[in-house]
Amino acid sequence: MKDFRYIDGAAILRLDRETCIGCGNCVTVCPHRIFRLEEHKAAIVDPDGCMECGACATNCPVEAIFVNPDDGCGCAALIINRWLSRITGKSVSGCNC
Amino acid sequence: MPLVDTALAWRDNLGTIGARSGFCRSNYRAIPGLYGVGQPGPDSPVLVTANYKLSFDALRRQLPGIDAWILVVDTRGINVWCAAGKKTFSTAEVAYQVKISRLAEIVRHRQLILPQLAAVGVAAGRLRKACGFDGVFGPIRAQDLPAYLHRGRQADETMRTVTFGAGERAVLIPVEICLLWKPFLAATVVLVLISGIGPDIYSLSAAGVRGIQAITASLLAVLAGAVLTPLLLPWIPGRQFWLKGALVGGLTAMAALLPTTWAADLPAATALVLWAASVASYLAMNFTGSTPYTSLSGVGLEMRRGLVFQLGGTTLALGLWIWSAFA
Repeated sequence: MKDFRYIDGAAILRLDRETCIGCGNCVTVCPHRIFRLEEHKAAIVDPDGCMECGACATNCPVEAIFVNPDDGCGCAALIINRWLSRITGKSVSGCNC
Repeated sequence: MPLVDTALAWRDNLGTIGARSGFCRSNYRAIPGLYGVGQPGPDSPVLVTANYKLSFDALRRQLPGIDAWILVVDTRGINVWCAAGKKTFSTAEVAYQVKISRLAEIVRHRQLILPQLAAVGVAAGRLRKACGFDGVFGPIRAQDLPAYLHRGRQADETMRTVTFGAGERAVLIPVEICLLWKPFLAATVVLVLISGIGPDIYSLSAAGVRGIQAITASLLAVLAGAVLTPLLLPWIPGRQFWLKGALVGGLTAMAALLPTTWAADLPAATALVLWAASVASYLAMNFTGSTPYTSLSGVGLEMRRGLVFQLGGTTLALGLWIWSAFA
């Protein structure tokens, strides 16, 4: 998505090119088109376009991709509930989404 | 096998209004299982979707003139992408629905077409082992399915890229507003109560007059944070949502107050602008949960700054508001 950019350098996404077998699954599933196959291996061409949805990691057959493993839904209410639950020790009640 | 219509009836459209406005919004589910559209046969494609009403409707209404099977998996009434994120739309769940609907006895081929956004939860490569069917990822949007099927199941870059156009942002506004009535009511009670504090210790008429001003500022904040910010998103400067909301909230309140309160009572006007900016900032920040491009790490990062501004701004605004009654 070129017309919407979020905070640069924030997303946690790592690709281990040694492990990559070049199947291209990440290229197919990424909704922001940030992967490309270069010399039969995946490459991240737009790291700041990543929204950490995790589709690439789920569909990588050799676990060469690491994405921030916290749950994908990122509304502020849920994050606040999560922070509060860390202080109070109660389980997260969730937001409304 | 239940056959479904590709046109939406008035009841379906009524349900859409309900789901979009947040009226009992956790209760719009299709019954999981296998459905047919058109006159599906053993070679017809199998399209997989979530059991959320809007997902199911979005899919079936794109299929006039197409013979296909629709396999609805149980995502607890949550849409494709969110359910995949929560892992209820998963490899195991798809395999389970394939088995209990006895799909292998109904179709000759062994291919499932999955929505691309389900890839967050479904590992297509593991489906064959789990249920004997191969999974392929179709386009993101159901509206591209006819073209995708027509081109021999090939999705181009446009079909695989998520968008967030003005219309896509606008449909999210009603639910953002409708979920606000409880906190809005609570804020209104507090605002009216403290608006009465003044030189006469407590004045009911001041609670009324100044209370209305404060409630107006709250309404302007909702307008700025939950309506204007989503609509004008690409044109508002800054990338962090708390900043965008604060900017729009502050400017909206300033513009509305300019002709009246602004000149007459500077401290009171400043309090109202600060209040609107803080509330709008929070609402805009919360909208990150509805966009298709904000990473959770990024939201966590901006919240550390945003919350300081919002809590500080609110405290300062309430303090100034009470003080302004004495000034």
